[in-house]
Amino acid sequence: MQTRLHINGDDHQLDADARTTLLDALRNHLGLTGSKKGCDHGQCGACTVLVNGRRINSCLTLACMHDGDEIVTIEGLGAPGRLSALQQAFVHHDGFQCGYCTPGQICSATAMLEEIEAGWPSHVTSDVSGKAELTVDEISERMSGNLCRCSAYPNIVDAIMEVGKGRRG
Amino acid sequence: MTTHIKMDDRIDRDRLEEMVQGVIGRPLDRPEGELKVSGRAPYAMDDLPDGCLHGVLVRSTIAKGKLEHIDAAAVETLPGIRAVLRDDRFTRNPAQGMAGEAPAQGTDEIVYFGQPVALVVADSFEQARHGAQMLALKMEGADEAAVNPSDRNAQIEAPKKKQSSTGDLDKAMRQAAFTVDETYTTPGHVSAAMEPHASVARWDGDSLTLHGSYQMLRFNRAELADSLGIKEEKVRILAPYVGGGFGSKLGISPEGVAAAIAAKELGVPVAVAMTRQNVFEMVLRRSETSQHIRLAADEYGKLTGIGHEALVSNISGEEFSEPVTQATPFLYRGENRVIGHRIARIHRTPAGSVRAPGEAVGLTALEIALDELAVKSGIDPVELRLRNIPDEDPSKGIPFSSHTLSEALKTGARHFGWEPRNREPGKVRDGEWLIGSGMASAARVNMLIESKARVTLTNDGRASVETDMTDIGTGTYAVLGQIAAEMLGLPMARVNTILGDTDLPPASGSGGSFGAASNGTAVFLACEDIRRQLCERLGCAPDELTLKDGYATVANRRTSIQDVLGGSDLAADGHAEPGKAEKKVRQATYGSYFAEVAVNSVTGETRVRKMLGVFAAGRILNAKTARSQCLGGMTFGIGMALTEELVHDHRDGHIVNRDFAEYHLPVNADVPQIDVVLLEERDAWANPLHAKGIGELGICGAAASIVNAIYNATGVRVRDLPATLDKLLEGLPS
Repeated sequence: MQTRLHINGDDHQLDADARTTLLDALRNHLGLTGSKKGCDHGQCGACTVLVNGRRINSCLTLACMHDGDEIVTIEGLGAPGRLSALQQAFVHHDGFQCGYCTPGQICSATAMLEEIEAGWPSHVTSDVSGKAELTVDEISERMSGNLCRCSAYPNIVDAIMEVGKGRRG
Repeated sequence: MTTHIKMDDRIDRDRLEEMVQGVIGRPLDRPEGELKVSGRAPYAMDDLPDGCLHGVLVRSTIAKGKLEHIDAAAVETLPGIRAVLRDDRFTRNPAQGMAGEAPAQGTDEIVYFGQPVALVVADSFEQARHGAQMLALKMEGADEAAVNPSDRNAQIEAPKKKQSSTGDLDKAMRQAAFTVDETYTTPGHVSAAMEPHASVARWDGDSLTLHGSYQMLRFNRAELADSLGIKEEKVRILAPYVGGGFGSKLGISPEGVAAAIAAKELGVPVAVAMTRQNVFEMVLRRSETSQHIRLAADEYGKLTGIGHEALVSNISGEEFSEPVTQATPFLYRGENRVIGHRIARIHRTPAGSVRAPGEAVGLTALEIALDELAVKSGIDPVELRLRNIPDEDPSKGIPFSSHTLSEALKTGARHFGWEPRNREPGKVRDGEWLIGSGMASAARVNMLIESKARVTLTNDGRASVETDMTDIGTGTYAVLGQIAAEMLGLPMARVNTILGDTDLPPASGSGGSFGAASNGTAVFLACEDIRRQLCERLGCAPDELTLKDGYATVANRRTSIQDVLGGSDLAADGHAEPGKAEKKVRQATYGSYFAEVAVNSVTGETRVRKMLGVFAAGRILNAKTARSQCLGGMTFGIGMALTEELVHDHRDGHIVNRDFAEYHLPVNADVPQIDVVLLEERDAWANPLHAKGIGELGICGAAASIVNAIYNATGVRVRDLPATLDKLLEGLPS
């Protein structure tokens, strides 16, 4: 099945089995193995990528459903020597140990900061009509779709907080 | 040349302290960090060779019996299917840690539900998965398979060497001013490393290269070779990046052997990745435990007796059994002691090492019991523990190599703000939340495992460290680099650490918290040898040489390393071995936990609001990665206390909750901004680095601090983990 994908600024023509998930397309067909498979059921978040600016579990969607979509993976956020602010903060705060969930955490955090910026409320937002605040509780809540068994959670929160605060001045 | 050491005695000289580079112990970023955060670190499945086929494992759906027939013909006709394999060499039970030989093989005999029985290989993953789902199995189930430790037909073993008794505990209990006599239960747990087990096998003639996800490569190589019936020299395993282990990747597991067999049979590379459900069912679990604990104390709370008798389970023929009572013989005083250990032989996924086998669950139960004693005696829980720290190992009568429990308890209490605390449960409220605090001790045995490493100082003034050691998130890349940088006087950026390749000198592997200290010692020894060689070139005595920032200084003459090397390289091997030291003294690491919880008075939901861990593990090699290890351990503790529980169906033993939707790992919102304090310690008995293991210490007893805090918040004593809502609701104060 033919699908046109726009990934990290490049056009890709995918010819794959219709059953191929977006995650497997990235990993097995397009050589973008930064996105990880931890459960293949949308339960761990290691496969999180950005589709048209929003974070999704790429294991839970078929590649052929994304014809013409704009996709950003961890490889598109930065590379050694030119890391994004979040990637840099994850290194500095040790926001990972084994590193397997990390691409998903960082993609997720990238979109999550935009969501707070846009005022989207979460389960822990006390005033849903007001401005969403950048707090430890908000970050923890909004990052709870990304499991980390090494449990760098406190460090992940610190990394995201540093970048989020920097943006807000 | 190899520099060898056998730890027969203490080594007081602190060589790292004499060095001047100033990198050892510092909280440096991981050198491989940039690769990991940018998705460029290659894990097992990230670099598939051209033409690589995909294999998917098929599982049994009975707990005991025989695989009579598989309908391979029906599946072979499906598009893309290349083979349906059933093989006597397939792995039935994954290898236990440090087995070094083939684990139980032959998957036609079925001994647990979820056991691998076949492999379907296809051109694509989608085709292989479909084929595996379509494969019809004919299995002949045996009657009466015991699947629960309490089943009447479960055979119970009580190995003599695992039972011990000193004094008269029954009498001590009768004469005690205060006693605790309770049974605590913990469910099975899984390691749940985020990277599922995966192997990519390719053959070049009769030589096999396997890119896998394993913790202990030199053992894994031997296990894989033995499984295939080939020589070790014909097997190379690569695992430069491992997406977590926690014990689950200690031994060769079914996907590795199956990938190797399929690749040989088909003459092309084959990748086999377990599904998450496979990982739950085919990878060693932590046994559930039932622990009968008896404590006898005098009127001052001093223990006169301790009894700790455990029932665990495993499949018949497996030597491993969860060493629940491992820390009990030495942690607290008490002259009358009973240690008991029984093993129920049942048909569940085989049990093995999950982070801190033994203390993780054993110390948790003991520390809940201690809290019960504190309540009964009216003695503060910190004070009660301080009164029971022994002067020497009370079971063996040998000295401690170093002992930091007292300092950890006092520092923790001060740092946490333990006092003032309302000891009467259920009295502190914050709206609809009941607030309480609890604490526990931490302890974990310390080990040294034989390990080798090679260090090369190259003529461009850089150094490389090479070993088949793994970094499973533990910080190996960082700490080995730091040891070499410190010893050779180089900035970290000039040290390159190469790991995870069995072509390199064989290391301890990652497990039992022994990796950094064991393999670090081998690196240290190799560096000492290089320093000796530099001294020869410079014509100076070892004590006259100072190495810093790439320069050698002798008697005020400073020469760059490049000039000293003059175009050549210097290489050396280090070899560390355990010796008599481990018999002469009791080596362990210690710590303390303090937790504050809020329990919802309406729903029974528990939230951990605050948590502190104070730990001492000898010299800390990297304060950042060490802290992260502690955070991880304590979070395992939060899971153990509140949510983690393997549920087996009581009829056929299948794992009911074999995914992350049903087996609940702590998520970000479940974990507060945990605080960690690392105490200064040097342990001269451990190794010349004076460092001990820290990877598991943070889980040993952590759950107890939360369960004890729940008691303080609510008055409900939970003795059956995890402390889920249903166990609290009925007893909550109105």
